[in-house]
Amino acid sequence: MAEPTPSLAPARPPTGPRVWNNPRARAIIYQVLVLGGVIGAAAYLIDNTLTNLAERSIRSGFSFIWHEAGFAISEALIDYQPNHSYVRAFIAGLLNTLKVGLLGIVLVTILGIIIGIARLSTNWLVARLASVYVETFRNVPLLLQLYLWYSLLTEMLPGGRDALSLFTAFYLNKSGLMYPVPVYDGIHPFMIVAFLIGCVGAYAWGRYATRRHEATGVPTPRFWPSVGFVLGLPLVVWLIGGAPTAIDVPQMERFRFVGGWHVSIEFIALLLGLVVYTGAFVAETVRAGILSVSRGQTEAALSLGLRRGLVLRLVLLPQALRVIMPPLTSQYLNLMKNSSLAVAIGYPDLVAVANTTLNQTGQAIEAIAVIMAVYLTISLAISGFMNWYNKRVALVER
Amino acid sequence: MAPVSSVVAGSAPRPPADSIGVLGWLRTRLFSSVLNSILTILCIGLLVWIVPPLIDWMILDAVWSAAPPEVCRAAEGACWALLHEKARLILFGRYPYVEQWRPLLAMTVLIVAIALSCNRNFWRPWLAGVWAGTLALFGLLMWGGVLGMTYVENTLWGGLPLTMILSVFGMVGSFPLAVALALGRRSRMPIIHALSVGYIELIRGVPLISVLFMASFMFPLFLPSGVKVDELLRAQVAIILFTAAYLAEVIRGGLQSIPRGQDESAKSLGLNYWQTTTMIVLPQALRAVIPPIVNTFISLFKDTSLVAIVSLFDLLGSLRLALADPLWRNYFIEGYVFVALIYFFFCFFMSKYSQYLESQLQTGHRP
Repeated sequence: MAEPTPSLAPARPPTGPRVWNNPRARAIIYQVLVLGGVIGAAAYLIDNTLTNLAERSIRSGFSFIWHEAGFAISEALIDYQPNHSYVRAFIAGLLNTLKVGLLGIVLVTILGIIIGIARLSTNWLVARLASVYVETFRNVPLLLQLYLWYSLLTEMLPGGRDALSLFTAFYLNKSGLMYPVPVYDGIHPFMIVAFLIGCVGAYAWGRYATRRHEATGVPTPRFWPSVGFVLGLPLVVWLIGGAPTAIDVPQMERFRFVGGWHVSIEFIALLLGLVVYTGAFVAETVRAGILSVSRGQTEAALSLGLRRGLVLRLVLLPQALRVIMPPLTSQYLNLMKNSSLAVAIGYPDLVAVANTTLNQTGQAIEAIAVIMAVYLTISLAISGFMNWYNKRVALVER
Repeated sequence: MAPVSSVVAGSAPRPPADSIGVLGWLRTRLFSSVLNSILTILCIGLLVWIVPPLIDWMILDAVWSAAPPEVCRAAEGACWALLHEKARLILFGRYPYVEQWRPLLAMTVLIVAIALSCNRNFWRPWLAGVWAGTLALFGLLMWGGVLGMTYVENTLWGGLPLTMILSVFGMVGSFPLAVALALGRRSRMPIIHALSVGYIELIRGVPLISVLFMASFMFPLFLPSGVKVDELLRAQVAIILFTAAYLAEVIRGGLQSIPRGQDESAKSLGLNYWQTTTMIVLPQALRAVIPPIVNTFISLFKDTSLVAIVSLFDLLGSLRLALADPLWRNYFIEGYVFVALIYFFFCFFMSKYSQYLESQLQTGHRP
C-alpha cells in the first residue's frame, strides 16, 4: 500500500521537452505543413491545367506574342497595324493605360484639392455644393458612371460635321475631340530639352531660395523665377529658333475632319469618369489632412497677421501634406487600377487588348499573367516613388 | 429698484443688426469677403443654371404614368414610363416573372438581418445563428425546388438580389481568410509571413477585373476535366479572394492597435497562442476596426457591379439588359439614374452608419 505505483508518476523523459512542445520545432513543423499544402495545391492545379490544355490542344508559353495580332486598335500612341505582332499590341495598350492613368492622376489631384478645400470653406454654399458632389459621386459605382458618361457623350453630342466648335480650333463630336497642335519644327526637340533644363533650374532655385530665406530671413521670391525657368527657357529657345508659329488646326472637310490631333470619345468618357469618381475620394483625403492640423496652428498663423490664403499655403497645406500623402497614394493606385474598366466602354487599354488576345488565341493564362504583371509593376513603381517622397516630407521625430 | 439681472440684461448693448439673425448669417457665411461674395454669386449662378431645368426634366415635364415609348418621345422631360415597363427586369433580372415574389421576399429577409446587425445591442453570439438562418432561407427562396416552389437555377438569378448575394457572401466568405492572412502577416514564422504578404500585395496590386477574368477563363482550366462550376460561383470565389486581401489589411490595422501588454499578460496567465489570439487579441482588434470593415463592405458592394463585364446580370447588368431593348434604349439616363439611386441609397446609409459607429466606439474605449 505504501509502495508507490510507478504508473501514477510517469518519469519525464530525461531528454527535455518533447519536440512538439518546443516552440522552434513547432514553428518549423507548421511552416513545412503550410508550405507543403500550398505547393501541393499548386501542383494539383498546374497538373489539371496542363491536362486541360493538352486536351484542348492549346500550346502554353509566350511564343504567341510574336505572331501577327490581326485585330485593329482604334487609337494608339505608337504606330500599330493589325499585321503587327501581339507584343506590339500589348505595348500600344499599355501606353493607352499609362496615358489615361497619368493624365487622370494630374487632373484628379487638382480637382481633389479644390473640392477638399471647398468643403472646408467658410462659405456655406461652397461647402454645401462640395459635399453634395462628394457624396453623390463616391456612393455610385464607377462602372455605372462610366457607362452613363459614355452613353451621354455618344448620344448627346452631335455627329460628324455638326461638331461643337470652340474658338474654331477645337471640335467636339460623337467620335471625339479634335484639337490643334503646332506643326513639327526642328526647334521643338530643343524646346523640350530646354523645358527639362528649366525644371531642374526651378528646382535648384527653390532650394537656393529656401536656404537663403533660412540663413538671412530675407524672403526670396520662388514662384516667378520658377515660372521663368520652366516656361521662359523654352520660350527663349523658341525665339532663337525663329519663332515658328505654324499650327495644324483641325479643318472640316466634306465628310470628316483633317489636321490637328484627336482623342477618342471613349478616352474622354473614361478620363471624365475616373477623375470625377476618384476626385471625390481625393477631396475627402485632402479634407481629412487639413482637419488633422490642429486649430491652434490656424489661430496662431492668423494672429501673426497672415491672410487666410497664406495660412492655407504656408501653414496648413505643408503640414497636412504629410497626412495626405499615404492615402493619396492609394487613391492614385486605385485610379490606375480602375482604368482597367476601359474594357467596358471600348477604350483599347491593356486589359482590353489582353481580353481580345485571350478570346482570339485562347492563351488565357498568358494574357492574364501579362495584365497582372503590368499592373503589379505599375503599383509597385507608384508606391515606391510615393514612399520615397513620403520619407522626404516626413517630420523627423525626435 | 429693478432686480439686478434685468438691469444687467437691459444695459447690455444689442449686437449690431447685421451680425445676428438672417442678415448676420448671410454676412458671415456667404458674403464675408470680396472673394467669398464672388464665390457665392458664382454658386448661385450655377444652381440657377442647373436646378430649374433639372426639375423641369425630372418632375414637371416627365412622363410619370405607364405609357408606350411614343408618348415619351413627344414629351420634353424624363420618361419614367421606362420604370413601369422595365423596373422588374432591372430589379430581378431574368428570374421567372411569376416567381419574382421570391427574390423580393429573400431580399427583404436579408435587409431585415442587416438592419438587425446594425444595432449594437444585438451583437451577441446568437446573431451568427440569425445570419446562418437568413442565408439558408435566402438560398431556399432563391433556388426553390421544395414546398411547392419551382426550382430556379442560378443562371437565371439577377438584379438587386444577385448584387446582394455577391456582396454579402463576399464579405462572409472572405472573413476567415482575411483573419488568417492578417495573423499570418504578423506571424514571426518567415514562410507563413512571406506567403501572406505575397498574397495580400499581389491581390492589392492588380485590378478586380483581372481577378474576375481569371475566374471566368482560368478556373475552368484549374479544375479536373469534367468538373463544371457555374459562372456565378466562379465570380463569387473571385470576389471572396479579392476582398480577403483588403479585409486582411483592415484587420491587421486592428491587430496593431492592440497594445502589447494585452498579449503579454495573456501569455503570462498561461494562455497559448491560439487562446491568446481568439480570446484576447482578436475580439478587441475586430471591435476596433468595425467602421473600416463597413467601409470595405461599401466598396465591395459597389465593386460587385464589375461582374456585369463577365456577363452576369447583377443590378447594373440587368439594367444593361433592359436598355438593350431598342424601343427603350433612348431613355438610358432614366435607367441609370434609377439604378444609381439604389446604389446611392445603400452606400450612403452604410457610410453614415460607419461614421456613427466610429463616434460610438471611440468613447471610453481607448487604451
